[in-house]
Amino acid sequence: MLEPQKTLDTYYLEARRDLLEVAALLDRYDRSVEKQGQKAEDESRLNSLLEAMSLLSGGDHPKANRTEQLLNHFAKVS
Amino acid sequence: MQIIQPHYHAIARTAQDYERMAMSGVVAVCEPAFWAGFDRRYPETFIDYFAQISEFEPTRAAEFGIRHYCWVAVNPKEAENTELTQEVLRHMPEFLEKPTCLGVGETGLHKSTQNEIDSLQAHVEIAMKHDQLVLIHTPHLSDKAHGTKTVLEVLAGMDVNPDKIWIDHVEEQTIESVLDAGYWAGMTLYPVTKCSPRRSVDILEKYSTERLLVNSSADWGPSDPFTLQESIVEFRRRGHSLQEAVEIYHNNPCRFLGQNPKWDIKPITIREE
Repeated sequence: MLEPQKTLDTYYLEARRDLLEVAALLDRYDRSVEKQGQKAEDESRLNSLLEAMSLLSGGDHPKANRTEQLLNHFAKVS
Repeated sequence: MQIIQPHYHAIARTAQDYERMAMSGVVAVCEPAFWAGFDRRYPETFIDYFAQISEFEPTRAAEFGIRHYCWVAVNPKEAENTELTQEVLRHMPEFLEKPTCLGVGETGLHKSTQNEIDSLQAHVEIAMKHDQLVLIHTPHLSDKAHGTKTVLEVLAGMDVNPDKIWIDHVEEQTIESVLDAGYWAGMTLYPVTKCSPRRSVDILEKYSTERLLVNSSADWGPSDPFTLQESIVEFRRRGHSLQEAVEIYHNNPCRFLGQNPKWDIKPITIREE
């Protein structure tokens, strides 16, 4: 297993890229809503993503099981 | 679909790239001079490098039916060596005369030091003096916004024709200022560190595409020349027409690069019988 600093240094840029993709998706959705003048009929997938980010940013995760938590969270959305 | 790769470092790639690019519709690549991964010590090394990209690479590309053009410059990372920069600049006009050389680039900023700024100014001055196009590199990651702002400030203090200047590697936080100032803007699509194919299409949908160029990434680091094709597929997937794609991925490079008469590839209009 990599040391803590090495872990961050190794994976930071890839995580940065992935977060930018999520941000771009949310912007894309907002622009589409603005252009079409209406929201998606079912926004559950949008809400699921927003809740997932909230889960990631909130509190301590002593079991280091964020991935498992997210998978369980996403399982609620079809 | 015919595609132009406006920013491609062939010297760092294998012939397999050319073969696959040809199979995917690439008809021309443009190779700006760039950093070799280490700081070169001698002006002669640059001169050989310029000869390689202006004389040898066109022959390698031609084997696959691809046109190869180049740009010459001292890249920003090596601008700290002011003596070397001055000496290379002295030799640059002879390469600007080469039949496939399109202009001065990629110059620009990396850490935005005074030496880099001086080098950028000297490159732009040479370009304007010889009526050349200019390709300007902007910094990566956290230095990008500041570096792009500095590039724009440097150019604002010079007598330049914005039509002939392409500021490269723009992303969401820098594109507006570049387009507002009247320059051409290029997006460079990397697997990790710069813009992505999907984000490039978001940008194409958000802004006027009149002065936008899309590049893949093709160098000696983690890069992928087919991010350009990924962008095209994403663009088409979102319902944009083939002609709209041709305008961006073929005709826009033709319009910018065609300001140099050496570039003789013309914009295409698709006509149905």
